[in-house]
Amino acid sequence: MGKFSRLGNDLYNGRRSIDFIGRKWIWYAVSGVIVLLAVIGLSTKGLNMGIEFTGGAQYQVTTSASQDTADKLQKAVADTGIPSAASPIVTTAGTDSVIIQTEPLTEEENSTVIDAIVGVTGADPTDDISQSEIGASWGKDVAKRSIIGLVVFLFAVVLFIWAYFREWKMSVAAIVALAHDLIITVGIYALSGFEVTPATVTGVLTILGFSLYDTVVVFDKVRENTKNLRDRRTTYAAQANLAVNQTLVRSVNTSIVALIPVGAILYVGAVQLGSGPLKDLALALFVGMAAGAYSSIFIATPLLVQLKSNESEVKLAEKRDASRKRHEADRYASVPVFKEDMPLVDEPGERERGRDDEDGTAPVATAPPRRPEASGRGRIAPPARGPVRESGASGRVQPTRQTRSKRGKK
Amino acid sequence: MARKTARPGRTLVVFFLGLAISYGLVALGGTWKPELGLDLQGGTRITLTAKGNPTAESLNEARGIIDQRVNGSGVTEAEVTTQGNRYVVVEIPGKSRRDLVETVKRQAQLRFRLVACSSQTAACGGSTATDPTTQLPGVTTPESTPSGAASPSADPTAPSSESSGKNRAPLLLDKKKKAAASPSASPSDAASESASPSADPSASESTTTSPDGGDLVDQPIKWYKQPDDASVKAFNKFECPADGKAPIVDDNPDKPLITCGTGDEAGIKYLLSSALIEGTDLKSAAAEIPQQQVNWVVSLAFNGTGTDEFTKISRELYNTDGQFAVVLDGQVLSAPTMNGLITNGQAQISGNFTEATAMSLATSLKFGALPISFDDAGTQTDVIGPSLAGDQLSAGITAGLAGLFLVMLYCLIYYRGLGLVVIASLVVAAAATYSMVLLLSKGAGFTLSLPGIAGLIVAVGITADSFIVFFERIRDEMRDGKSMRVAVETGWVRARNTCLAADTVSLLAAVVLYIFAAGVVKGFAFALGLSTLIDLAIFFWFTHPMVSYLARYRFFNKGHKLSGLDPEALGINRLPAGGRA
Repeated sequence: MGKFSRLGNDLYNGRRSIDFIGRKWIWYAVSGVIVLLAVIGLSTKGLNMGIEFTGGAQYQVTTSASQDTADKLQKAVADTGIPSAASPIVTTAGTDSVIIQTEPLTEEENSTVIDAIVGVTGADPTDDISQSEIGASWGKDVAKRSIIGLVVFLFAVVLFIWAYFREWKMSVAAIVALAHDLIITVGIYALSGFEVTPATVTGVLTILGFSLYDTVVVFDKVRENTKNLRDRRTTYAAQANLAVNQTLVRSVNTSIVALIPVGAILYVGAVQLGSGPLKDLALALFVGMAAGAYSSIFIATPLLVQLKSNESEVKLAEKRDASRKRHEADRYASVPVFKEDMPLVDEPGERERGRDDEDGTAPVATAPPRRPEASGRGRIAPPARGPVRESGASGRVQPTRQTRSKRGKK
Repeated sequence: MARKTARPGRTLVVFFLGLAISYGLVALGGTWKPELGLDLQGGTRITLTAKGNPTAESLNEARGIIDQRVNGSGVTEAEVTTQGNRYVVVEIPGKSRRDLVETVKRQAQLRFRLVACSSQTAACGGSTATDPTTQLPGVTTPESTPSGAASPSADPTAPSSESSGKNRAPLLLDKKKKAAASPSASPSDAASESASPSADPSASESTTTSPDGGDLVDQPIKWYKQPDDASVKAFNKFECPADGKAPIVDDNPDKPLITCGTGDEAGIKYLLSSALIEGTDLKSAAAEIPQQQVNWVVSLAFNGTGTDEFTKISRELYNTDGQFAVVLDGQVLSAPTMNGLITNGQAQISGNFTEATAMSLATSLKFGALPISFDDAGTQTDVIGPSLAGDQLSAGITAGLAGLFLVMLYCLIYYRGLGLVVIASLVVAAAATYSMVLLLSKGAGFTLSLPGIAGLIVAVGITADSFIVFFERIRDEMRDGKSMRVAVETGWVRARNTCLAADTVSLLAAVVLYIFAAGVVKGFAFALGLSTLIDLAIFFWFTHPMVSYLARYRFFNKGHKLSGLDPEALGINRLPAGGRA
C-alpha cells in the first residue's frame, strides 16, 4: 500500500503525472474502435429482445403444480437449445397448473418445447396443455414514455451541469461521454447475445446516473483547478490534466468498490445460474460502470479541454505559458554573449560619435520615454506585473479614516 | 461556509434516534420482511375477458390504461399483458389482491348529462325538480345519499356496442362526434347481451328502446327543456330493475339516455340529454374528504373545454330546479341541482363512498376510460407462483454479501482505520435502507423484485463513492500541510459540494424517470431516488460527524500506523503539526 500511497501523493502535487490530455488521440482511437465494434454488432446481430418486449407463446400445463415442478420445467425448456426458449418464464398458477412463457416459436420449435414439457410432467399434450399467444407487457407506449423521460432527463442534466459549472462545454462533454458509455453497453449486449429484459433496461438506466455522477466528480476538480487560470501561471490543459491525476486515486478506488459487488453478481448469474435477470442486469452494470469510469477520465476531460481550446482566455494562457517556458529554458537568452569580432562599444555616446564620423545615417538610439514615477500621490499607480491577487482582507469591511477636514465635524 | 460541527456527537445521537424511530414505526407495522416482487414471491393473476370481439388496437389501449391504473403509484411493479385476442392478464405481487379487480376492470366512462325527466319529479322539461338535497355553496355537492358507485352490488356493467373501440377511445377523441361516428347498438344486440346479468326481464326489454332524441339532440341545453315525444314515451315505458341491479343501457354520448340511479336511489329512473362533458375532459381526479365533512368524495378538475361546458351548465341551471347527472358507465351516480355559479371547473362526486371505493373510482377516472368492457363471468383470479427459479434469490443474496465483504476488505486494507468508518457507514446505510423498504412496502405497496435487490446492492458502490471522495479530500488537505482536524473540516466543505452536485444528477434521473416512465422503470426510479437520499443522509449525518469525532483521538490525528492517515500512507515525510501534539 505504501507505494500506492506514495504514488497518490506524487499524483496530487504533480511530481508524477500521466498525460491524459496530451495523448487524447490515442484514447479517442481506442474508444472509436470499441464504439465502432459496438455499432457493427448492433447493426449486424441486433438485440435479443425478451418476451416482455416481443410477446410470445404461452403454455398452460395442467399438472400438480409446485415450485419444484416449475423449476424442473424451466430447466427442461431451457435445455431444448432453442434460442427463443433459452430463458422461459415459468410460474405456478393455483395448485394445479403451470404457465410457461417463451418468445415466439416456429411450429417445429413448438413441438420440441411441448415434448420437453411432456417429458417432465407426463401431461397429455392435447388435453393438459393449452397454448396461447401473449402480447408484450412492454408495449410501444411504455417504450415511448421511457424515451420521453430519457430525453427530458438529458435536457435537465445539460441545464443542471451548465448552471452548476457555468460552462455549457462541460454539459456537452458529459453528454458525449454518456453516449459513449451507452453505445458500448448496448453494443456488448448485441455481441454477447444476452437477452434484453426490463432488468437490462433498469441496468442501462443505472449507468445513465453513474456515468454522469462520475463525470461530475471529475469536472468538479477540473473547475476547482482552473478557477483562477491567470493567477496560476499555467494552462487550462495542464490544470485539467492535474485535476484528472489528482482524482485518479479516487476514480480507481470508486471503480473497484462499485465493480466488486456487480462482478460478484455477474459471476453468480452467468457462471453458476446461467440464466435469469441477475445476469442481464449485472452485465449491463458491469460494462456500463467500467465504461463510465473510463470515459469520464479519458473522453470527457480531453474533450472538454479541446472544446475550451478556442477560448481567448485559454489561448492567452497558453501563449503566456509558452513564452514563460522559453524564458525558463534559458534565462539569459536575451543577454548578448561575447563573440570574437563583436563591435565593442562601451558607451552609447561613444559609439554614436564613432559612427557619426563614418556616415551620418546611423540610427540614433533613444531611450524609451520615462513613465511618470509613482510617488504615492495623484492618480499614478505602478502598473501591475501580473494578476492582482485577492488580499487577505478581501471581502471584509476595512476601517476607514476620513480626511482631516471631515473628521470631528458633525 | 462550513457549519460549525463542534458537536459531532450530538448529530450522531440525533441520527441514531431517527433510525431508531424508523425501526419503531416498522415494529408498529409488525412486518419484518419486505414484500417481495412478482418474480420472487408470486402473486395474484387476474384474467379479464373482453366482451365482444375488440380490435387488437383497443385491447392494447385497454392494456395500457389498466397498466397505469395498477401501477399508478409506481412502486408495485405489476405486469399487464394481452393474451390471445380478447384477454387481458394482470399480475400483481401479493397473495390476495382480489380487491384490485374492481379498479382494474371498471370501464370508467364518466359523462355529465342534463336531466330532462326523472321519476322522482313527475314532470318533464327541466321544470320542477325538487331535489331534497342539502348543498354547499360553490361546490356541486350531489345528493346526500346517492349511489355507492363502487359498491359491489352496483357493478357497472355497461355493455359495449360491437365496435367498442369506437365507442369512445379515451384521451384521444373529441368529445363531440356529431357525425354519428359511434353506431348505436341495435336493439337485438342489447337484448341478447342483457340476458345473462340482468335478473329483471322488464329491464332488458325496456332498454330496447333507444330514442334518437329528435332534432334538438345536438343542443342538450335546449333539448332538456323540451325532450322529444319519442324519448318521453320510451322513458315512460322504462322500468328500473326492482332489485337495484344496474339497468342495461347503451351509453352513447350523442344520444339521450334513459337509465336509473344507483345505491339508495336505484329505483329512480332518469331521462338524460346527450353528454355535455366527458371523462376525457378531466384534468385530474382525487379521492378526499372535504373540509368540515365526514364522507369521502371524488373531486374532479376539468380541462379548458370541460370547464367551459361546465360553466355553461352552471349558468343554465343556476337558480332553477334543473338537475344535471353524473353518469358513470351508464348509471347515474348522482343528480344534483346547481346551487351556485361554478366557473372554475371544479366538481365533486359524493355518495356513500368508503376510502377504498373512492380511491378506486378516482384511480379509474384519472387514468382514463377503457375502450372495452369485460365479462363478469370471464374474470378469473388465480394465485401464481414466483416466475424465477428458487435458487435465484439465494444466489443473488449470496453474491451480494460476498461482494460487500470484498468491498469492506478492500476499504480496510486501503483506508485502515478510516476503513472502519466506511464499514460502519455501509452497515448503517443498509439498516436505513432496510427500514425504509419495510416502511414503504407497508405504506405504499413497494415490492422488492430481484432487479430491485440487485439495484440496492449496486447502490453500495455509489454510496461508498461519497466516502472515498471525502477521505481523498482529507488526505489531499493533509498533503497541503494541514493538520488532520483542520483537514477534516476543509476537506468536508469541498467533498460536500462535489457530492451534492453528483447526487443531484442521480436525483434528477430518479425524479424525471419517475414522473415520465411507466412500469418497472418507475419502480427503479423510486429505488434509485431512495438510495440516493439515504446516501446523502448517511454522508451528512453519519460519516462526517463520525470522522470529526474520531479526529479528536490521538490515534488518528497523530497519524498512527493503522489509522490510514500516517505519513507513509499519505506519501509525505512528516505529518504537519497539529492536534494534541
